[in-house]
Amino acid sequence: MSMATQVKAVSDRPVKTPPEIPGCTKKLGPPIIEIEKVVKRFGDFVAVNGVSLDVFEGEFLCLLGGSGCGKTTLLRMMAGFEQPSEGRVLIDGKDMTDVAPYDRPVNMMFQSYALFPHMSVERNIEFGLRQDGMPKAERESRVAEMLAMVQLERFAKRKPNQLSGGQRQRVALARALAKHPRVLLLDEPLSALDKKLRERTQLDLVNIQEKTGITFVVVTHDQEEAMTMADRVAIMDEGWIEQIDAPQSMYEYPNTRFVAEFFGSVNMFEGTLVEDEPDHVIIEAPELETPIYVGHGVSGREGGTVWAALRPEKVTLITEKPDRDSNWSSGVVKDIVYLGSTSTYIVELASGKQVRATLANHDRDMEGRVTWDDKVFVTWTDNAPVVVSS
Amino acid sequence: MEAGTGASAGGGAAPVRTHWRTRLSVYLNTNGRRLVLGVPYLWLLLFFLLPFAIVLKISFAEFAIGVPPYSDLLELTQDGYFRLTLALSNYAYLFDDPQYVIAYTNSLRIAAVSTAFALLVGFPMAYGIAKAPKGPRTILLFLVVLPFWTSFLIRVYAWIGILKSNGLLNNLLISLGIIDDPLVILGSDWGVYIGIVYSYLPFMVLPLYATLEKLDPSLLEAAHDLGCRPWKAFLTITLPLALPGIVAGSMLVFIPAVGEFVIPELLGGADTFMIGRVLWNEFFLNRDWPVASAVAMAMLILLVAPIMIFQHIQAKQADGEGAGR
Amino acid sequence: MNWRRDWFTLSWMAFGFAFLYVPILLLVIYSFNEGRLVTVWAGWSTKWYGELLRDEQIMGAAWISLRVAVMNATFATVLGTLAALAMVRFGAFRGRTLFSGMLSAPLVMPDVITGLSSLLLFVAMEQLIGWPEGRGITTITIAHVTFSTAYVAVVIQSRLVGMDRSIEEAAMDLGARPAKVFLVITIPVIAPALVAGWLLAFTLSLDDLVIASFVSGPASSTLPMVVFSSVRLGVSPEINALATILVVVASVAILGAGWAMNRQERLTKALTEKREIPVEG
Repeated sequence: MSMATQVKAVSDRPVKTPPEIPGCTKKLGPPIIEIEKVVKRFGDFVAVNGVSLDVFEGEFLCLLGGSGCGKTTLLRMMAGFEQPSEGRVLIDGKDMTDVAPYDRPVNMMFQSYALFPHMSVERNIEFGLRQDGMPKAERESRVAEMLAMVQLERFAKRKPNQLSGGQRQRVALARALAKHPRVLLLDEPLSALDKKLRERTQLDLVNIQEKTGITFVVVTHDQEEAMTMADRVAIMDEGWIEQIDAPQSMYEYPNTRFVAEFFGSVNMFEGTLVEDEPDHVIIEAPELETPIYVGHGVSGREGGTVWAALRPEKVTLITEKPDRDSNWSSGVVKDIVYLGSTSTYIVELASGKQVRATLANHDRDMEGRVTWDDKVFVTWTDNAPVVVSS
Repeated sequence: MEAGTGASAGGGAAPVRTHWRTRLSVYLNTNGRRLVLGVPYLWLLLFFLLPFAIVLKISFAEFAIGVPPYSDLLELTQDGYFRLTLALSNYAYLFDDPQYVIAYTNSLRIAAVSTAFALLVGFPMAYGIAKAPKGPRTILLFLVVLPFWTSFLIRVYAWIGILKSNGLLNNLLISLGIIDDPLVILGSDWGVYIGIVYSYLPFMVLPLYATLEKLDPSLLEAAHDLGCRPWKAFLTITLPLALPGIVAGSMLVFIPAVGEFVIPELLGGADTFMIGRVLWNEFFLNRDWPVASAVAMAMLILLVAPIMIFQHIQAKQADGEGAGR
Repeated sequence: MNWRRDWFTLSWMAFGFAFLYVPILLLVIYSFNEGRLVTVWAGWSTKWYGELLRDEQIMGAAWISLRVAVMNATFATVLGTLAALAMVRFGAFRGRTLFSGMLSAPLVMPDVITGLSSLLLFVAMEQLIGWPEGRGITTITIAHVTFSTAYVAVVIQSRLVGMDRSIEEAAMDLGARPAKVFLVITIPVIAPALVAGWLLAFTLSLDDLVIASFVSGPASSTLPMVVFSSVRLGVSPEINALATILVVVASVAILGAGWAMNRQERLTKALTEKREIPVEG
């Protein structure tokens, strides 16, 4: 059941096309929520500082960031619980900035679930439909459909306080989806669940999103959760969107230091751009014995300070000195963290800088591998580093 | 304090001096539980529950001239038997004399109307306080409670000067040209309503505030989000969830109001008969203790249901608080 | 939230607070009225305060009321604390339902019933065991303690429920016996509630007209009884002056107690947050 039908194109604005998302097979429609230069202040505090963002029909978008980065405020402005101090929010091309929550075609799933404690599961799910004056028969079939979707048929008559945390979470989801909203907004939907249940529920959410075709916007602080579920991730910091991209692009090509460091773990080297050619750049990093050679061009200015980000799994350890004059440094293994499928080696360089290298544990036998206090060389390929700005 | 013997934990003081304290502490540690429960339990049994039994007994006695002014139920007759006399006449009297029936219905009506008014005034106050930012909230709550700490009698008395036919309210309204002739409030049921609402308002506001403050604001947001307009959300979400507070507050106003004596006496008219006043008159003016007791028992029977409801809510709330920990 | 914008609630609240405070305010203002009429302003004067202080009947009754109130507050605080402890800490015990019923019923019991039943009890006891001999301060105090205990218990119960039990468990773990734990840990922690309970019982007693009227003797009229008989005859400026004094004293006492408790609260909070709870022994 595709929803990509009655979207009014407003003539005086350019028609925006959805971006190409690597690894995403979904067909995305035109923008459904457009946020235009939105600022939100609470007294002196600026929660959201000039954010523009398009949410495209049918996508699964995650707003990712630490606490106080403005992600929840942004979501609440989409739902209509907060009014932007500046800027506009459009839904389906219509200006919704001053429209009350109960007149918006979007629904929200609350972090606390906000289930009505005095109503049964059934009545909770039915609540939104009643507000629309939907006839009884239709309401009942919709509720049944929702209960089946979240596998809670047996619990229809229960009150929320007679349910487990996971069941409540599903009721909240069913209630928010019952009205078939244009967009479903989810505020930290999984934060109250334990780790095992959370991982299972992440996949459930993705399945439900694909099955219903409803656009999802999820706020989360959990980077792995965002990577598991989202088609696109928007990383926020201090009221800004730092970068918005598919998870894979975000991980491999972070734009900024913040994104590289927030999204997964990373070795960061500060250095000076000494050679800037279209096909490669060379960075002189004082913490390393040899310069960093990057096999692609970047937009930076020669002599400027830059950072090279290097993911731990792209660093290898060898015991013999490499016969080249870039992309390596020597050090001593300080610590080994065994994580089952991989081990992370912490190597301290002569400069005192610690470099993390993650290696797969192919062999069960640890015999003959690098161990504590061994002298090793850390090295990486020309394509491994990413040059980022501050 | 010989060297070596003082090695025990409490070894500072001489044993003789701590003797009675040690014994007391041993006693408290072993019997403390019984003591903690036993003392208030016995007190309440003796001074709260037992009196009701005596009231019940005397309500079946007959009026007699003497000290105390009632007959014994049990009499030792000449032939060595106990004779039990239960005089039902006091109760029959309550039903025969329309004055009592009117007093009872009056009390219930006035208490109910006053409770409704108190709810009407108290709910928005409690709602506003619960919604207020933290700083003002403390001050507002304090302001609600403060009048309760000043004399009840004097607060009722204050209204006499305001409500009199040549009182401050009438003077104000006449000078503003709103009315031409003074309103008769003092000495009417309206005076009693005002007095009851005024005196018992804190008892309405506090339990209401307690439930409204616990209300999760995201519930209202969820209702709005699902398409429910504010007024309807108030009716379908806020009101049902505030129900325990509404009932508790209403009971706290209604029950004492039924038996209220001071307010109808000072602000009501000569014909504003309420049970409390009838009981007072039977006791102090007619000195008919048995009839006064029967009036009290009848009032208690009327109040049993509301009191049970109130206690049920109290217990439920206490359990809820206990479970929340 | 949008508290400031909700004009309906705001104006309704303003009305409610005006309703609560205007009568008291008028009372205070007219206590300084020169004239005898309470509704006509005749200029400033403090003469009614002088009259009040010279009124021996009122002063005597005030002294009786004060003594009863202090004794009542002290006994009721002890009993109420024990009762609250039993309710909060003892879990399910035999007779709990009856106990909790007797503890909450006085909160709503009409005064006339409490007064009448207490009196009949005292009369029956005197007949049976010869005590209490006649009626007076003792009987008033006993009757007041009985219903004040219920109020004190409510105040202390809520404090006990909110108390972190692990502090007591820690003290026991460190070797303190139950009675010691109660004295050095529990009492200090619930001290603000004890103060509040005492003040509440004091006020309730000082305030009571109906119960005292039933159980008092000929020579033990309390202040409310004297005020009531005077008020029945109509408004008098002397009573206005008395009312003003009572209102001011109550407000100052409550403000003071509130301030002290607030300070103590913050102190406790600061101490527990820094984990600097002093441990005895």
